Amino acid sequence: MLKIEGLTAEVEGKEILKGIDLEVPTGEIHAIMGPNGSGKSTLSYVLSGREGYEITGGSATFNGQDLLAMEPEERAAAGLFLAFQYPVELPGVGNANFLRTALNAIRRGKGEPELDAMQFLKLARERMKALSMPEDMLKRGVNVGFSGGEKKRNEVLQMALLNPSLAILDETDSGLDIDALKIVAEGVNAMRGPNFSSLVITHYQRLLDYIVPDRVHVLMNGRIVQSGGPELAKQLEAGGYNSVQAA
Amino acid sequence: MSATGDIVTAGNALTEPGAAGFLQRYEGLRARFPGQRLPWLAARREAAAEAFRAQGFPTRRVEAWKYTDLAPLTQAGFGEALTSVDGALPLPRAAAPRRVVFVDGRFRADLSDPEAPVRNLADHLGAAEGLLGSLARTEDLPLVALNTAMFEDGALIDLAAGEDGGVVELLHVTLADRPVAVHPRHLVRLGAGAKLVLIERNWGHGEGRYLNSPVLEFEVAAEAHVTHARLQQEGKGGIHLSTVFARVAEGGTYDSFLLHAGAKLARSEAHVTLAGPKAAAHLNGAQLLGDGQHGDCTTFLEHSAPDCPSRQTVKTVLAGKSRGVFQGKILVDQIAQRTDGYQMNQALLLSDQAEIDSKPQLEIYADDVKCSHGATVGELDENQVFYMRSRGIPEATARSLLIEAFLQEAVEGVTDETARAALAEAVAGWWEKVA
Repeated sequence: MLKIEGLTAEVEGKEILKGIDLEVPTGEIHAIMGPNGSGKSTLSYVLSGREGYEITGGSATFNGQDLLAMEPEERAAAGLFLAFQYPVELPGVGNANFLRTALNAIRRGKGEPELDAMQFLKLARERMKALSMPEDMLKRGVNVGFSGGEKKRNEVLQMALLNPSLAILDETDSGLDIDALKIVAEGVNAMRGPNFSSLVITHYQRLLDYIVPDRVHVLMNGRIVQSGGPELAKQLEAGGYNSVQAA
Repeated sequence: MSATGDIVTAGNALTEPGAAGFLQRYEGLRARFPGQRLPWLAARREAAAEAFRAQGFPTRRVEAWKYTDLAPLTQAGFGEALTSVDGALPLPRAAAPRRVVFVDGRFRADLSDPEAPVRNLADHLGAAEGLLGSLARTEDLPLVALNTAMFEDGALIDLAAGEDGGVVELLHVTLADRPVAVHPRHLVRLGAGAKLVLIERNWGHGEGRYLNSPVLEFEVAAEAHVTHARLQQEGKGGIHLSTVFARVAEGGTYDSFLLHAGAKLARSEAHVTLAGPKAAAHLNGAQLLGDGQHGDCTTFLEHSAPDCPSRQTVKTVLAGKSRGVFQGKILVDQIAQRTDGYQMNQALLLSDQAEIDSKPQLEIYADDVKCSHGATVGELDENQVFYMRSRGIPEATARSLLIEAFLQEAVEGVTDETARAALAEAVAGWWEKVA
């Protein structure tokens, strides 16, 4: 599914990723944990194609395709989804219009027929109900006036609608209370299956109580310094990141 | 194009460039202008020609024209519009159920809905006395003087007290296959409590050079309400120079929206007077300027009665090497206490070669007044573009949606659904066409 080898990247001349090696097989959920400034968000942006990051070496392939050579919208059409740490507000762009435009762009890419407004609304309402989202969120501007929790739920709604094969969740737990966290985790768990993989990026172990990963990787100073099973997250919780460095 | 009928070829030679050429044409056509047997009108034309002769075309030395250079107009010759073309024409889809059509400055009964509450001016000039020129000044506005001297036709809408004129599209088509210069004159009068939604559309067919320079006068009586949606969709080589005058009596409303989408060079001037208490004006607008286009939205709003609200939101989007101008003057007379004025103009620069010049001007002589104004210039937020692309939305679509969102606030102010839909359609997908 996702294979990263020796990936190095700079931001404004400063090397942030210093050689990442990581493989997420199909059907698995992997967690990346790391302290602030370790390169977690940079990794998610590099994988999703944000401008401003210079790839200086290594490779990332997604289902065999060269991910780094693709435009962000091509990566999305190929099945990659990034849930943003800070979802962006789009004043004046209605949430329904945004979601339908995105969904139809991806369906076009897959050669599937586009959904008309009625078909889309039916699908969106169904998914929103599962995420306990009020229906009027469809009418509002994208993320405009949403609380922190609503924004994150809107990210999970987008994921549920776009149905990616690989979802990168960039600190989706930040700013969530425990109820919202559970809803978000349920949204991710509902997608779990043999054709869905996820890279859950988080600072805290808390989220991993609800989305239990197959593997946990520790990212420090631009490198994966340790990998292990879910128990590694507990160890980090108990001993902090310094315990890993010492190990 | 399947144009049939007799084309008058005699006037096809181009005039010499500049004001002299237009004056030559005036002399040559004078005897043939409609309404020359009406002494008041002949005198008015003659005085207007004199006013134009005295002023010439404005240059950038004139303060009001500092940002708009008429060189494309004054350095070229223009040809006669004295052709009669019949038969089918490629027309844009109608924006309203009832439409009247003018082609090259002349009424086309065969293309117009006879049910529309519109007469053509050329055949009803007797009814225009006291209306034509009642608002339009010629002494300091040379383009208005030129129009008054040279107009051949236009729309006459005269609604009685309480009459509802419905929604009417006034379509002016210029055939840009020859460099014509046309000066339509439209007169609109609403009696007390009358209502009208007028969708005025100036549309060019073809890419050649031409001048369309309409003048409109709106007399809005007490408690009357007019919505004036203006779609400037001239051809690529077109020059559009329009001037609107409106005078609003007590409790009346002049609700306007200007869209500049076409033309190589466009300037639309509005001169609006709130003449009675609680009269209201909305002077909203949007300019969509692509590479090589110049758009100028200039407004003069006079509050000359107490308790009047005015609202103005003008948004300009600039791509390529384009230039946008916004000049908005609000004059609050001493008598106009409790004026509530709001003016906002915002520009979105999509290219580093684009330029916007913004000049808000408040002149206030009353002491109990609430007037606010603001101006912003910005670019598209790349975070927003990336967010949308990461959801699979192609880049051009993402930018287009963000541009439409920027314009939406201005378009949303148009309350009439038909007018708003016509504007939304003109705006939709603009970026994907110019990008």
